[in-house]
Amino acid sequence: MIQVKDLYKQFGDLEVLKGITTSIEKGEVVAVIGPSGSGKSTFLRCLNMLEVPTSGTVSVAGYELTKKGANVSKARQNIGMVFQQFNLFPHMSVLDNLTYAPINVLKVSKAEAIERAKKLLERVGLSEKIDAYPSQLSGGQKQRVAIARALAMEPNVMLFDEPTSALDPEMVNEVLDVMKGLAESGMTMVVVTHEMGFAREVADRVLFLDEGILMEEGKPADLLLNPQTDRAKRFLEKVL
Amino acid sequence: MDFSRIYDSIPYILEGIPVMFQVVLVSALLGITLGVVVATFKIVPNRLVNFIGHAYTAVFRGTPLILQLAIIHFGLPQLTGYITTPYQSAVIAFSLNSAAYISEIIRAGIQAVDKGQWEASDALGVPYVKQLRSIILPQAFKNILPALVNEMITLTKESALVSTVGVLDIMRRAQIVGGQKAIYFEPLLFAGVIYFTIVMVLTYLGQRLEKRLRKSDGR
Repeated sequence: MIQVKDLYKQFGDLEVLKGITTSIEKGEVVAVIGPSGSGKSTFLRCLNMLEVPTSGTVSVAGYELTKKGANVSKARQNIGMVFQQFNLFPHMSVLDNLTYAPINVLKVSKAEAIERAKKLLERVGLSEKIDAYPSQLSGGQKQRVAIARALAMEPNVMLFDEPTSALDPEMVNEVLDVMKGLAESGMTMVVVTHEMGFAREVADRVLFLDEGILMEEGKPADLLLNPQTDRAKRFLEKVL
Repeated sequence: MDFSRIYDSIPYILEGIPVMFQVVLVSALLGITLGVVVATFKIVPNRLVNFIGHAYTAVFRGTPLILQLAIIHFGLPQLTGYITTPYQSAVIAFSLNSAAYISEIIRAGIQAVDKGQWEASDALGVPYVKQLRSIILPQAFKNILPALVNEMITLTKESALVSTVGVLDIMRRAQIVGGQKAIYFEPLLFAGVIYFTIVMVLTYLGQRLEKRLRKSDGR
Protein backbone atom coordinates (compact mmCIF):
# COMPACT_ATOMS: atom_id res chain seq x y z
CA MET A 1 0.00 0.00 0.00
CA ILE A 2 2.82 2.40 0.89
CA GLN A 3 6.36 2.21 -0.50
CA VAL A 4 9.07 4.52 0.81
CA LYS A 5 12.51 4.46 -0.72
CA ASP A 6 15.65 6.35 0.36
CA LEU A 7 13.61 9.14 1.90
CA TYR A 8 15.71 12.19 2.79
CA LYS A 9 14.44 15.42 4.27
CA GLN A 10 16.49 18.48 5.10
CA PHE A 11 15.33 21.73 6.68
CA GLY A 12 18.11 24.13 5.75
CA ASP A 13 21.23 22.57 7.22
CA LEU A 14 19.31 20.24 9.47
CA GLU A 15 19.02 16.67 8.22
CA VAL A 16 15.82 15.32 9.69
CA LEU A 17 15.43 12.12 7.69
CA LYS A 18 18.54 10.32 6.50
CA GLY A 19 17.43 7.70 4.03
CA ILE A 20 14.40 5.74 5.13
CA THR A 21 13.22 2.70 3.20
CA THR A 22 10.22 0.66 4.18
CA SER A 23 6.94 -0.59 2.85
CA ILE A 24 3.57 -1.02 4.44
CA GLU A 25 1.08 -3.67 3.37
CA LYS A 26 -2.62 -3.22 2.83
CA GLY A 27 -4.46 -3.59 6.14
CA GLU A 28 -1.30 -3.30 8.15
CA VAL A 29 -1.20 -1.14 11.28
CA VAL A 30 2.22 0.39 11.81
CA ALA A 31 3.24 2.31 14.89
CA VAL A 32 6.13 4.74 14.54
CA ILE A 33 7.96 5.42 17.79
CA GLY A 34 11.13 7.21 18.79
CA PRO A 35 12.44 10.09 20.90
CA SER A 36 11.24 13.60 20.10
CA GLY A 37 13.24 15.11 17.27
CA SER A 38 13.82 11.68 15.78
CA GLY A 39 11.97 12.68 12.61
CA LYS A 40 8.94 10.46 13.06
CA SER A 41 6.39 13.23 12.47
CA THR A 42 8.35 14.46 9.46
CA PHE A 43 8.39 10.89 8.12
CA LEU A 44 4.60 10.70 8.46
CA ARG A 45 4.10 14.12 6.87
CA CYS A 46 6.21 13.07 3.89
CA LEU A 47 3.75 10.25 3.21
CA ASN A 48 1.11 12.75 2.04
CA MET A 49 3.58 15.44 0.97
CA LEU A 50 2.70 17.92 3.71
CA GLU A 51 6.47 17.96 3.84
CA VAL A 52 8.10 17.64 0.47
CA PRO A 53 11.00 15.17 0.68
CA THR A 54 14.44 16.47 -0.33
CA SER A 55 15.02 13.21 -2.18
CA GLY A 56 13.72 9.67 -2.36
CA THR A 57 10.35 8.32 -3.41
CA VAL A 58 6.99 7.80 -1.74
CA SER A 59 4.22 5.77 -3.37
CA VAL A 60 0.77 5.26 -1.97
CA ALA A 61 -1.68 2.78 -3.49
CA GLY A 62 0.60 2.40 -6.50
CA TYR A 63 0.83 6.14 -7.19
CA GLU A 64 4.18 7.87 -6.84
CA LEU A 65 3.64 11.19 -5.06
CA THR A 66 7.24 12.31 -5.36
CA LYS A 67 7.48 12.19 -9.14
CA LYS A 68 7.51 15.47 -11.02
CA GLY A 69 4.04 16.78 -11.84
CA ALA A 70 2.31 14.29 -9.55
CA ASN A 71 -1.27 15.25 -8.72
CA VAL A 72 -0.74 15.50 -4.99
CA SER A 73 -4.22 16.89 -4.22
CA LYS A 74 -5.80 13.95 -5.96
CA ALA A 75 -3.61 11.46 -4.14
CA ARG A 76 -4.36 13.08 -0.79
CA GLN A 77 -8.06 12.38 -1.24
CA ASN A 78 -7.06 8.78 -0.67
CA ILE A 79 -4.92 9.42 2.40
CA GLY A 80 -6.70 10.45 5.57
CA MET A 81 -4.74 12.39 8.15
CA VAL A 82 -5.35 13.05 11.83
CA PHE A 83 -3.35 15.77 13.56
CA GLN A 84 -2.14 16.23 17.11
CA GLN A 85 -4.00 19.56 17.31
CA PHE A 86 -7.18 18.20 15.62
CA ASN A 87 -7.37 21.15 13.18
CA LEU A 88 -11.14 21.00 12.86
CA PHE A 89 -12.64 23.91 10.97
CA PRO A 90 -13.82 26.14 13.84
CA HIS A 91 -16.35 28.10 11.78
CA MET A 92 -18.19 24.99 10.65
CA SER A 93 -20.52 22.67 12.55
CA VAL A 94 -19.48 19.05 13.09
CA LEU A 95 -21.72 18.03 10.18
CA ASP A 96 -20.15 20.62 7.86
CA ASN A 97 -16.67 19.55 8.94
CA LEU A 98 -17.55 16.04 7.82
CA THR A 99 -19.33 16.91 4.59
CA TYR A 100 -17.29 19.86 3.27
CA ALA A 101 -14.54 17.89 1.55
CA PRO A 102 -16.71 15.01 0.25
CA ILE A 103 -19.09 17.54 -1.35
CA ASN A 104 -16.49 20.05 -2.59
CA VAL A 105 -13.61 17.76 -3.44
CA LEU A 106 -15.10 14.35 -4.24
CA LYS A 107 -18.32 15.90 -5.65
CA VAL A 108 -20.47 13.53 -3.65
CA SER A 109 -24.12 14.63 -3.48
CA LYS A 110 -25.13 16.53 -0.38
CA ALA A 111 -27.64 13.88 0.72
CA GLU A 112 -25.06 11.15 0.33
CA ALA A 113 -22.43 13.15 2.22
CA ILE A 114 -24.84 13.76 5.12
CA GLU A 115 -25.73 10.07 5.17
CA ARG A 116 -22.03 9.17 5.35
CA ALA A 117 -21.40 11.75 8.07
CA LYS A 118 -24.22 10.38 10.23
CA LYS A 119 -22.89 6.83 9.95
CA LEU A 120 -19.39 7.96 10.84
CA LEU A 121 -20.54 9.98 13.82
CA GLU A 122 -22.38 6.93 15.07
CA ARG A 123 -19.21 4.91 14.62
CA VAL A 124 -17.17 7.35 16.74
CA GLY A 125 -20.03 7.68 19.25
CA LEU A 126 -20.86 11.34 18.66
CA SER A 127 -24.21 11.27 16.89
CA GLU A 128 -25.67 13.81 19.30
CA LYS A 129 -22.96 16.35 18.45
CA ILE A 130 -23.86 16.63 14.80
CA ASP A 131 -24.90 20.30 15.05
CA ALA A 132 -22.29 21.32 17.61
CA TYR A 133 -19.33 23.56 16.81
CA PRO A 134 -15.77 22.41 17.55
CA SER A 135 -15.40 24.90 20.42
CA GLN A 136 -18.22 23.10 22.23
CA LEU A 137 -16.42 19.77 22.19
CA SER A 138 -13.86 18.28 24.55
CA GLY A 139 -10.43 17.38 23.20
CA GLY A 140 -11.30 13.71 22.92
CA GLN A 141 -14.52 14.51 21.10
CA LYS A 142 -12.68 16.87 18.73
CA GLN A 143 -10.21 14.17 17.85
CA ARG A 144 -12.96 11.65 17.22
CA VAL A 145 -14.67 14.15 14.92
CA ALA A 146 -11.33 14.70 13.18
CA ILE A 147 -11.01 10.95 12.60
CA ALA A 148 -14.55 10.86 11.23
CA ARG A 149 -13.76 13.83 8.97
CA ALA A 150 -10.79 11.99 7.49
CA LEU A 151 -12.85 8.79 7.08
CA ALA A 152 -15.60 10.70 5.27
CA MET A 153 -13.27 10.79 2.26
CA GLU A 154 -13.23 6.96 2.32
CA PRO A 155 -9.44 6.83 2.18
CA ASN A 156 -7.31 3.72 1.66
CA VAL A 157 -4.78 4.79 4.24
CA MET A 158 -5.01 6.69 7.52
CA LEU A 159 -2.09 8.65 8.97
CA PHE A 160 -2.11 9.64 12.64
CA ASP A 161 0.32 12.26 13.91
CA GLU A 162 0.49 11.84 17.69
CA PRO A 163 -3.30 11.77 17.89
CA THR A 164 -3.49 11.59 21.68
CA SER A 165 -0.57 13.82 22.68
CA ALA A 166 -2.67 16.97 23.10
CA LEU A 167 -5.37 15.23 25.13
CA ASP A 168 -6.04 15.16 28.85
CA PRO A 169 -5.19 11.67 30.14
CA GLU A 170 -8.79 10.69 30.79
CA MET A 171 -9.65 11.31 27.13
CA VAL A 172 -6.88 9.26 25.59
CA ASN A 173 -8.75 5.98 25.70
CA GLU A 174 -11.88 7.13 23.90
CA VAL A 175 -9.68 8.09 20.94
CA LEU A 176 -7.57 4.93 21.09
CA ASP A 177 -10.76 2.84 21.17
CA VAL A 178 -11.93 4.43 17.95
CA MET A 179 -8.54 3.75 16.39
CA LYS A 180 -8.64 0.16 17.58
CA GLY A 181 -12.03 -0.30 15.95
CA LEU A 182 -10.63 1.15 12.77
CA ALA A 183 -7.65 -1.21 12.85
CA GLU A 184 -9.96 -4.18 13.32
CA SER A 185 -12.00 -3.11 10.30
CA GLY A 186 -8.90 -3.65 8.16
CA MET A 187 -7.82 -0.04 7.59
CA THR A 188 -4.19 0.53 6.66
CA MET A 189 -2.83 2.79 9.40
CA VAL A 190 0.42 4.56 10.16
CA VAL A 191 0.44 5.94 13.69
CA VAL A 192 3.11 8.16 15.19
CA THR A 193 2.57 7.68 18.88
CA HIS A 194 3.91 7.77 22.41
CA GLU A 195 1.28 5.28 23.54
CA MET A 196 3.34 2.12 23.91
CA GLY A 197 0.27 0.24 25.14
CA PHE A 198 -1.49 1.01 21.89
CA ALA A 199 1.56 0.04 19.85
CA ARG A 200 1.84 -3.28 21.66
CA GLU A 201 -1.82 -4.12 21.52
CA VAL A 202 -2.92 -2.90 18.10
CA ALA A 203 0.08 -2.52 15.82
CA ASP A 204 1.20 -5.29 13.50
CA ARG A 205 4.63 -3.75 13.26
CA VAL A 206 6.61 -1.08 15.07
CA LEU A 207 9.18 1.22 13.49
CA PHE A 208 11.76 2.77 15.79
CA LEU A 209 13.23 6.00 14.42
CA ASP A 210 16.17 7.86 15.91
CA GLU A 211 18.03 10.84 14.48
CA GLY A 212 16.33 10.40 11.13
CA ILE A 213 17.31 6.76 10.74
CA LEU A 214 15.04 3.73 10.86
CA MET A 215 17.04 1.99 13.57
CA GLU A 216 14.89 -1.04 14.07
CA GLU A 217 11.59 -2.54 13.05
CA GLY A 218 9.66 -5.60 14.02
CA LYS A 219 6.62 -7.10 15.66
CA PRO A 220 5.59 -5.14 18.75
CA ALA A 221 6.24 -8.04 21.07
CA ASP A 222 9.79 -8.43 19.77
CA LEU A 223 10.78 -4.80 19.38
CA LEU A 224 9.20 -3.41 22.52
CA LEU A 225 10.24 -6.21 24.85
CA ASN A 226 13.48 -7.26 23.28
CA PRO A 227 15.04 -4.40 21.32
CA GLN A 228 18.24 -5.18 19.43
CA THR A 229 19.85 -1.75 19.27
CA ASP A 230 21.21 0.21 22.22
CA ARG A 231 19.30 3.29 21.25
CA ALA A 232 15.99 1.46 21.20
CA LYS A 233 16.84 -0.14 24.54
CA ARG A 234 17.60 3.22 26.12
CA PHE A 235 14.48 4.82 24.67
CA LEU A 236 12.20 2.00 25.78
CA GLU A 237 13.67 1.93 29.29
CA LYS A 238 12.57 5.53 29.63
CA VAL A 239 9.05 5.19 28.31
CA LEU A 240 7.90 1.74 29.39
CA MET B 1 -14.49 83.11 23.31
CA ASP B 2 -17.74 84.09 21.66
CA PHE B 3 -19.62 81.40 19.78
CA SER B 4 -22.53 83.72 19.06
CA ARG B 5 -20.38 85.32 16.38
CA ILE B 6 -20.32 82.10 14.31
CA TYR B 7 -23.98 81.08 14.82
CA ASP B 8 -24.92 82.08 11.31
CA SER B 9 -21.98 80.10 9.88
CA ILE B 10 -22.78 76.83 11.63
CA PRO B 11 -24.96 75.44 8.78
CA TYR B 12 -22.17 76.29 6.35
CA ILE B 13 -19.65 74.31 8.37
CA LEU B 14 -22.08 71.41 8.87
CA GLU B 15 -22.44 71.11 5.10
CA GLY B 16 -18.87 69.81 5.18
CA ILE B 17 -20.06 66.57 6.84
CA PRO B 18 -21.57 64.97 3.70
CA VAL B 19 -18.57 66.20 1.70
CA MET B 20 -16.26 64.43 4.14
CA PHE B 21 -18.31 61.24 4.05
CA GLN B 22 -18.26 61.26 0.27
CA VAL B 23 -14.48 61.35 0.27
CA VAL B 24 -14.18 58.75 3.05
CA LEU B 25 -16.75 56.25 1.77
CA VAL B 26 -15.65 56.29 -1.86
CA SER B 27 -11.98 56.10 -0.84
CA ALA B 28 -12.73 53.28 1.60
CA LEU B 29 -14.53 51.22 -1.05
CA LEU B 30 -11.82 51.74 -3.63
CA GLY B 31 -9.14 51.29 -0.97
CA ILE B 32 -10.58 47.95 0.19
CA THR B 33 -10.89 46.69 -3.39
CA LEU B 34 -7.34 47.65 -4.23
CA GLY B 35 -6.20 46.47 -0.79
CA VAL B 36 -7.54 42.96 -1.46
CA VAL B 37 -5.60 42.90 -4.73
CA VAL B 38 -2.38 44.10 -3.10
CA ALA B 39 -2.83 41.61 -0.23
CA THR B 40 -3.22 38.80 -2.77
CA PHE B 41 0.00 40.00 -4.42
CA LYS B 42 1.72 39.58 -1.07
CA ILE B 43 0.66 36.02 -0.33
CA VAL B 44 0.70 34.21 -3.68
CA PRO B 45 3.70 31.90 -4.13
CA ASN B 46 5.58 34.12 -6.60
CA ARG B 47 8.49 36.28 -5.49
CA LEU B 48 8.22 38.96 -8.17
CA VAL B 49 4.51 39.44 -7.47
CA ASN B 50 5.25 39.47 -3.71
CA PHE B 51 7.84 42.17 -4.30
CA ILE B 52 5.40 44.37 -6.22
CA GLY B 53 2.89 44.11 -3.39
CA HIS B 54 5.44 44.94 -0.71
CA ALA B 55 6.97 47.76 -2.73
CA TYR B 56 3.57 49.34 -3.20
CA THR B 57 2.94 49.28 0.54
CA ALA B 58 6.42 50.57 1.34
CA VAL B 59 6.02 53.60 -0.93
CA PHE B 60 2.61 54.63 0.33
CA ARG B 61 3.39 54.00 3.99
CA GLY B 62 6.85 55.50 3.71
CA THR B 63 5.82 58.98 2.54
CA PRO B 64 3.45 61.55 4.08
CA LEU B 65 -0.13 61.39 2.89
CA ILE B 66 -0.20 65.16 2.45
CA LEU B 67 2.74 64.85 0.05
CA GLN B 68 0.99 62.11 -1.94
CA LEU B 69 -2.07 64.30 -2.15
CA ALA B 70 -0.04 67.30 -3.31
CA ILE B 71 1.78 65.25 -5.95
CA ILE B 72 -1.47 63.91 -7.33
CA HIS B 73 -3.25 67.27 -7.32
CA PHE B 74 -0.50 69.74 -8.18
CA GLY B 75 2.22 67.54 -9.66
CA LEU B 76 0.57 64.98 -11.93
CA PRO B 77 -1.25 67.43 -14.23
CA GLN B 78 2.21 68.65 -15.26
CA LEU B 79 2.94 65.16 -16.61
CA THR B 80 -0.45 64.06 -17.84
CA GLY B 81 -1.93 67.37 -18.92
CA TYR B 82 -5.15 66.26 -17.27
CA ILE B 83 -6.30 68.43 -14.40
CA THR B 84 -8.22 66.60 -11.69
CA THR B 85 -10.78 68.34 -9.52
CA PRO B 86 -9.93 68.66 -5.82
CA TYR B 87 -12.48 65.95 -5.04
CA GLN B 88 -11.01 63.56 -7.62
CA SER B 89 -7.48 64.16 -6.36
CA ALA B 90 -8.59 63.59 -2.80
CA VAL B 91 -10.31 60.29 -3.62
CA ILE B 92 -7.36 59.05 -5.70
CA ALA B 93 -4.80 59.88 -3.01
CA PHE B 94 -6.86 58.44 -0.16
CA SER B 95 -7.75 55.25 -2.05
CA LEU B 96 -4.16 54.55 -3.03
CA ASN B 97 -2.91 55.34 0.46
CA SER B 98 -5.52 53.36 2.40
CA ALA B 99 -5.07 50.40 0.03
CA ALA B 100 -1.49 50.13 1.32
CA TYR B 101 -2.63 49.95 4.94
CA ILE B 102 -5.63 47.75 4.21
CA SER B 103 -3.52 45.27 2.26
CA GLU B 104 -1.34 44.86 5.37
CA ILE B 105 -4.43 44.32 7.53
CA ILE B 106 -5.75 41.65 5.18
CA ARG B 107 -2.38 39.95 4.77
CA ALA B 108 -1.84 39.84 8.52
CA GLY B 109 -5.39 38.56 9.02
CA ILE B 110 -4.85 35.71 6.59
CA GLN B 111 -1.46 34.80 7.99
CA ALA B 112 -2.81 34.84 11.55
CA VAL B 113 -5.05 31.89 10.69
CA ASP B 114 -3.58 28.76 12.27
CA LYS B 115 -1.21 26.89 9.95
CA GLY B 116 -3.06 23.72 10.89
CA GLN B 117 -6.09 24.95 8.96
CA TRP B 118 -4.07 25.01 5.74
CA GLU B 119 -2.62 21.59 6.52
CA ALA B 120 -5.96 20.01 7.39
CA SER B 121 -7.54 21.23 4.17
CA ASP B 122 -4.41 20.28 2.21
CA ALA B 123 -4.63 16.78 3.62
CA LEU B 124 -8.25 16.54 2.47
CA GLY B 125 -7.20 17.49 -1.06
CA VAL B 126 -9.04 20.82 -1.07
CA PRO B 127 -7.75 22.97 -3.97
CA TYR B 128 -6.09 26.37 -3.21
CA VAL B 129 -8.91 28.72 -4.23
CA LYS B 130 -11.57 26.80 -2.30
CA GLN B 131 -9.21 26.53 0.64
CA LEU B 132 -8.78 30.29 0.71
CA ARG B 133 -12.45 31.03 0.16
CA SER B 134 -14.17 28.48 2.43
CA ILE B 135 -11.60 27.69 5.10
CA ILE B 136 -9.10 30.54 5.51
CA LEU B 137 -10.93 33.79 4.65
CA PRO B 138 -13.97 33.19 6.87
CA GLN B 139 -11.57 32.80 9.80
CA ALA B 140 -9.33 35.66 8.71
CA PHE B 141 -12.38 37.92 8.53
CA LYS B 142 -12.63 38.02 12.31
CA ASN B 143 -9.06 39.24 12.57
CA ILE B 144 -9.55 41.69 9.73
CA LEU B 145 -12.83 43.40 10.53
CA PRO B 146 -11.90 45.22 13.78
CA ALA B 147 -8.65 46.48 12.24
CA LEU B 148 -10.55 47.58 9.18
CA VAL B 149 -12.91 49.66 11.32
CA ASN B 150 -9.88 51.31 12.91
CA GLU B 151 -8.55 52.10 9.47
CA MET B 152 -11.89 53.74 8.60
CA ILE B 153 -11.62 55.89 11.72
CA THR B 154 -8.12 56.95 10.77
CA LEU B 155 -9.30 57.71 7.27
CA THR B 156 -12.08 59.90 8.66
CA LYS B 157 -9.66 61.94 10.73
CA GLU B 158 -7.00 62.17 8.03
CA SER B 159 -9.64 63.31 5.55
CA ALA B 160 -9.16 66.82 6.96
CA LEU B 161 -6.04 66.92 4.77
CA VAL B 162 -8.20 67.30 1.66
CA SER B 163 -8.74 70.90 2.75
CA THR B 164 -5.21 71.56 1.49
CA VAL B 165 -6.24 70.97 -2.13
CA GLY B 166 -9.43 72.96 -1.77
CA VAL B 167 -12.12 70.38 -1.08
CA LEU B 168 -14.83 72.14 0.93
CA ASP B 169 -14.86 69.73 3.84
CA ILE B 170 -15.45 70.54 7.51
CA MET B 171 -11.88 71.68 8.03
CA ARG B 172 -11.78 73.96 4.98
CA ARG B 173 -15.12 75.50 5.83
CA ALA B 174 -14.02 76.23 9.39
CA GLN B 175 -10.93 77.98 8.05
CA ILE B 176 -13.00 80.02 5.58
CA VAL B 177 -15.38 81.13 8.32
CA GLY B 178 -12.37 82.02 10.43
CA GLY B 179 -10.91 84.09 7.63
CA GLN B 180 -14.13 85.94 6.93
CA LYS B 181 -14.83 86.84 10.54
CA ALA B 182 -11.23 87.12 11.64
CA ILE B 183 -11.85 84.76 14.56
CA TYR B 184 -10.30 81.33 14.31
CA PHE B 185 -10.65 79.68 17.67
CA GLU B 186 -14.42 79.24 17.65
CA PRO B 187 -14.91 77.76 14.16
CA LEU B 188 -11.90 75.47 14.52
CA LEU B 189 -13.07 74.27 17.93
CA PHE B 190 -16.49 73.64 16.45
CA ALA B 191 -14.92 71.61 13.63
CA GLY B 192 -12.99 69.68 16.27
CA VAL B 193 -16.23 68.83 18.08
CA ILE B 194 -17.74 67.52 14.84
CA TYR B 195 -14.74 65.28 14.08
CA PHE B 196 -14.62 64.04 17.65
CA THR B 197 -18.33 63.17 17.66
CA ILE B 198 -18.11 61.29 14.37
CA VAL B 199 -15.02 59.37 15.49
CA MET B 200 -16.65 58.48 18.82
CA VAL B 201 -19.74 57.14 17.05
CA LEU B 202 -17.59 55.08 14.67
CA THR B 203 -15.51 53.77 17.57
CA TYR B 204 -18.65 52.72 19.42
CA LEU B 205 -20.00 50.93 16.34
CA GLY B 206 -16.64 49.24 15.88
CA GLN B 207 -16.62 47.99 19.47
CA ARG B 208 -20.11 46.56 19.15
CA LEU B 209 -19.14 44.79 15.96
CA GLU B 210 -16.06 43.34 17.62
CA LYS B 211 -18.11 42.13 20.56
CA ARG B 212 -20.56 40.40 18.26
CA LEU B 213 -17.74 38.71 16.36
CA ARG B 214 -16.18 37.52 19.59
CA LYS B 215 -19.51 36.12 20.72
CA SER B 216 -19.86 34.09 17.56
CA ASP B 217 -16.42 32.64 18.30
CA GLY B 218 -17.83 30.87 21.32
CA ARG B 219 -20.38 28.98 19.31
